[in-house]
Amino acid sequence: MTTEKSYVGWYFLLTVVLIYLIVLVFNNSIIKLALIGSLNILKSLIFVLVILIIFTTLINYFVNPKTLVKYMGEDSGIKGIIISIVAGIISTGPIYMWYPLLNDLQTKGVKTSLLVIFLYNRAIKIPLIPIILVYFSWKYVLILFFVMIIMSVIQGFIVEKILFIGK
Amino acid sequence: MTYKNLKKSFVKSLMMIWNTFPILLGVVLLISLFNVWLFSFENLILFNGNWYDVLIGSIMGSILAGNPVTSYVLAGEFLGKGISLLVVTSFIVSWVTVGIIQFPAESILLGKKFAITRNVTAFVFSIVVGVITVIGVNLL
Repeated sequence: MTTEKSYVGWYFLLTVVLIYLIVLVFNNSIIKLALIGSLNILKSLIFVLVILIIFTTLINYFVNPKTLVKYMGEDSGIKGIIISIVAGIISTGPIYMWYPLLNDLQTKGVKTSLLVIFLYNRAIKIPLIPIILVYFSWKYVLILFFVMIIMSVIQGFIVEKILFIGK
Repeated sequence: MTYKNLKKSFVKSLMMIWNTFPILLGVVLLISLFNVWLFSFENLILFNGNWYDVLIGSIMGSILAGNPVTSYVLAGEFLGKGISLLVVTSFIVSWVTVGIIQFPAESILLGKKFAITRNVTAFVFSIVVGVITVIGVNLL
């Protein structure tokens, strides 16, 4: 199925390739390093990609839009908020890898604020705590994460209100 | 629950990934190019101890992209150079919550208005989180 939206992606990729070509004219060493870097990123993304495919397959198979709306729709309440926070914290890989799944959830009727909460909580990475503790104290990390969780809910509410005003 | 339905769900997932493949590849290429640029000019970025350092920190975090570990290492370097905890916190938070480089992808897949509203509020909140966290650390 080819839609106008899917062409936008290819136009975007084409624009990035053009940027690469323009930079290549002025400095080919930057492009060489950038391509090596891209390859390394892509290698590290394979694992996330596999998880994402498994995850979306299971959602498509077990969860129908009706169930999804029940737990993450307009009337999901505190239950939906908690699901989004936990899902955001435990999700792995870069943020942009999750856009396709979120797009799918959006079309299935998941509340906008819950998508925002999920995206904000992706900033809290439990496995990275030992690294952040090299530079910061436990007290700082706990306060920061706690404040971020609270702010994610407030941001979700605000973004939804702003988007609703426009409609 | 049938094998046929599972296969259908799997194919649907693969199609979803394939449809977004050019966007994901474009973002990876952009991030990589930007990271090379960042580490070429890293030393030119200076904080002057002014009130607007927090804005500079948040803007830097918003533009830069990549693994959060990189932001922790840079933040540690900043702290070592005497930059305030407020600036460093806003920098870390905006690094992971605001995505200028990923904006085109977010805009295409989740909607332009959604992407703008989410990123602008996340930028403002990076400073708010910084302020509350520093107050909390000093109080407790």
